[in-house]
Amino acid sequence: MKKLMLGNAAVARGLYEAGCRFVSSYPGTPSTEITEEVTQYGEIYAEWAPNEKVAMEAAIGASLAGARSFCAMKHVGMNVAADPMFTASYTGVNAGLLIAVADDPGMHSSQNEQDSRHYAIAAKLPMLEPSDSAECLAFVKAAYEISEKFDVPAVLRTCTRVAHSQSAVELSPRADIPLKDYVKDAQKYVAAPANAVKRHVAVEARMRALAEFAETTGLNREEMGDSEIGFVTSGTSYLYVREVFPNASVFKLGLVNPLPVESLRAFSEKVKKLIVVEELDGVIEAHLRANGIRVDGGKDRFGLLGELSQSRLREAMGVEQPESATFDEPVPARPPVMCPGCPHRGLFTVLSKMKLTVLGDIGCYTLGSSAPLAAIDAVVCMGASIGMAHGFTKVRPDAARRAVAIIGDSTFMHSGMTGVVNVAYNKGVSTVIVLDNAITGMTGHQQNPTTGLTLQQEPTVAIRIEDVCRAAGIQRVRVVDPQDMRAVEAALKEELAVDEPSVIIARRPCMLLKYVKPNPPLAVDPAKCVGCKACMRIGCPAISFRNGKAGIDETMCVGCGLCEQMCRVGAFQKKEA
Amino acid sequence: MKTTSIMIVGVGGQGTLLASKLLGNVLLRQGFDVKLSEVHGMSQRGGSVVTYVRFGEKVYSPLVDLGEADYILSFELLESARWISHLKKDGQLVTNTHQTPPMPVITGAAEYPRDIVEKLRARANVIALDALPLAEQAGSARAVNVVLIGVLSKRMPFDESVWREAIAETVPKKFLEVNLRAFELGRSAHGE
Repeated sequence: MKKLMLGNAAVARGLYEAGCRFVSSYPGTPSTEITEEVTQYGEIYAEWAPNEKVAMEAAIGASLAGARSFCAMKHVGMNVAADPMFTASYTGVNAGLLIAVADDPGMHSSQNEQDSRHYAIAAKLPMLEPSDSAECLAFVKAAYEISEKFDVPAVLRTCTRVAHSQSAVELSPRADIPLKDYVKDAQKYVAAPANAVKRHVAVEARMRALAEFAETTGLNREEMGDSEIGFVTSGTSYLYVREVFPNASVFKLGLVNPLPVESLRAFSEKVKKLIVVEELDGVIEAHLRANGIRVDGGKDRFGLLGELSQSRLREAMGVEQPESATFDEPVPARPPVMCPGCPHRGLFTVLSKMKLTVLGDIGCYTLGSSAPLAAIDAVVCMGASIGMAHGFTKVRPDAARRAVAIIGDSTFMHSGMTGVVNVAYNKGVSTVIVLDNAITGMTGHQQNPTTGLTLQQEPTVAIRIEDVCRAAGIQRVRVVDPQDMRAVEAALKEELAVDEPSVIIARRPCMLLKYVKPNPPLAVDPAKCVGCKACMRIGCPAISFRNGKAGIDETMCVGCGLCEQMCRVGAFQKKEA
Repeated sequence: MKTTSIMIVGVGGQGTLLASKLLGNVLLRQGFDVKLSEVHGMSQRGGSVVTYVRFGEKVYSPLVDLGEADYILSFELLESARWISHLKKDGQLVTNTHQTPPMPVITGAAEYPRDIVEKLRARANVIALDALPLAEQAGSARAVNVVLIGVLSKRMPFDESVWREAIAETVPKKFLEVNLRAFELGRSAHGE
């Protein structure tokens, strides 16, 4: 039966059909739905781990115990998980181990545009790259075969357009793959120097075997057509090539590490011009050049930035673009904003008013950096805010009374709490604000260790952030309601004034959670509104200014009352029923 | 058969994903190869969102690019202006006339362009209508997406029953009646 499926859902289906038994992941766009989709298959144990490193370690453990295992992450998540990954390459696997990594060319939802293919090369792991949902499913199965045949963790690389596109897949039943026996083998699995020296020899032998396999595997495919131009490509780039050049010769790579060098050499000899089409870095191109294969075009045409598309391909190849209309005036951008009623808005309004130096973190609250709040000075990666605030205030003690770290509940559990330990241990004075909105927000409402629910929405222990901070040695821990701006300001003034570290937990659930009920919308009394625009400073998308007066979009307003707190003349009122 | 390309554009939270899911079901039922592409994550927080729907005998790219869209279904007027460059020369734009000012307009850093419908009409085939009153008439302001699907359906070569079945399959049962009414109102709307 054919079914339309999201790339991520097809990966989950592949896991089911391949007999996978264990999944552990941390959410990250565009990889999140893989793990969510897995929950419909009761045969697979699945969980959210607090971060990607723990997720990968759990998957390594399950593989060691004899179960086909899996973990998924976004590209920057692989940075977090890199430590276990590089050494799992040395130990190899017992049952198959598959790591999925979702890149985000064009940075739809990411802080950088790193190319995860470098990881496969550096960690000496085979990497498969599907182009569509059907290949997502098929490549998961192929990856487990490779993992077990070559005793190696395999990596599946997707990107936003594969992960978040739907296309047809053909479903099959689940394979019956029993648990493999576990037999202690310390020389293989204990990565101590004496063992690892021998394992490195095995790793290099394995890479040679994989390079041979690459020459014959059906994952790679030569599609001969017009011999004028031959394209070497993979993933979504293959789709754009086929779209613009339906009759060209194409070498489609499904296994992108290691590359089938000899097959590619033979292909290059059959075509007049060899063009390499790949998003982000010139990984394939550099490898071909290093092996003395003639490349007539690659990064010189396509550049290193953003995602490709059929238009970019046409432009780079000198093909005429279809005629299109233009709107000749500037069209204002529409950046994402905090939702109406977002609990972060009150906090950021206070931070903006107090003009504090704010070391930010990754989550919905990163939106606090946009106008008009513009209340964030720096954002680097998951968990970085607390470490950065510590460093910032250590070298500028005068800034300690003006600088804060802000971090969300899920990000705190991911890698923020080690930052708190560092502050306490090294006698820092940082003020840390944890924005606890009771959910992992930006990736679309995933549970985390603070919410009291598992991936399957089953009750479990809820780790209290205040207990973690106190256990780390922070004496001053307090909770405020971010909706009460006066209380937030008072708490901040007190905590910034003391010469010791403190944690303020700004606690209120995300407005989009089902159990959070909106209040009736507010309305502006035009007779009272004096047009001072104080309400505009909170950056609420439900408030706009027309003809010198504020106005509220009733379809958006959830009656949070922040604008009411900003207004000095009492122009905002609950609407008469 | 040539590949047909549709774009659904709007503001995060307007229900564009449901609209594309509905279309996907209609097309798959007709035996086409179908690709849908959407962006999740950050852009859903009130940002500009775009979904691509492509169908034909064999579809390669999941994206619709400059000058390629046979149809653009727009939930918000500024978004119509933003994406008009993607409409084919003889393509059809169906646009809601509802305006949601983006943050740069709210803060006064930019201006919402005036007379967008007239300006678009000078460049393309445009059907413009205010879908909100029709959605409210159907029973829910949230049914704007299905009203617009109704308008589009009239311009596409599939039987009305196919659309109705796809709606029944896509929306929750308790909202089915409202959505079928919304579809009907959209289908019989003339627009400007």
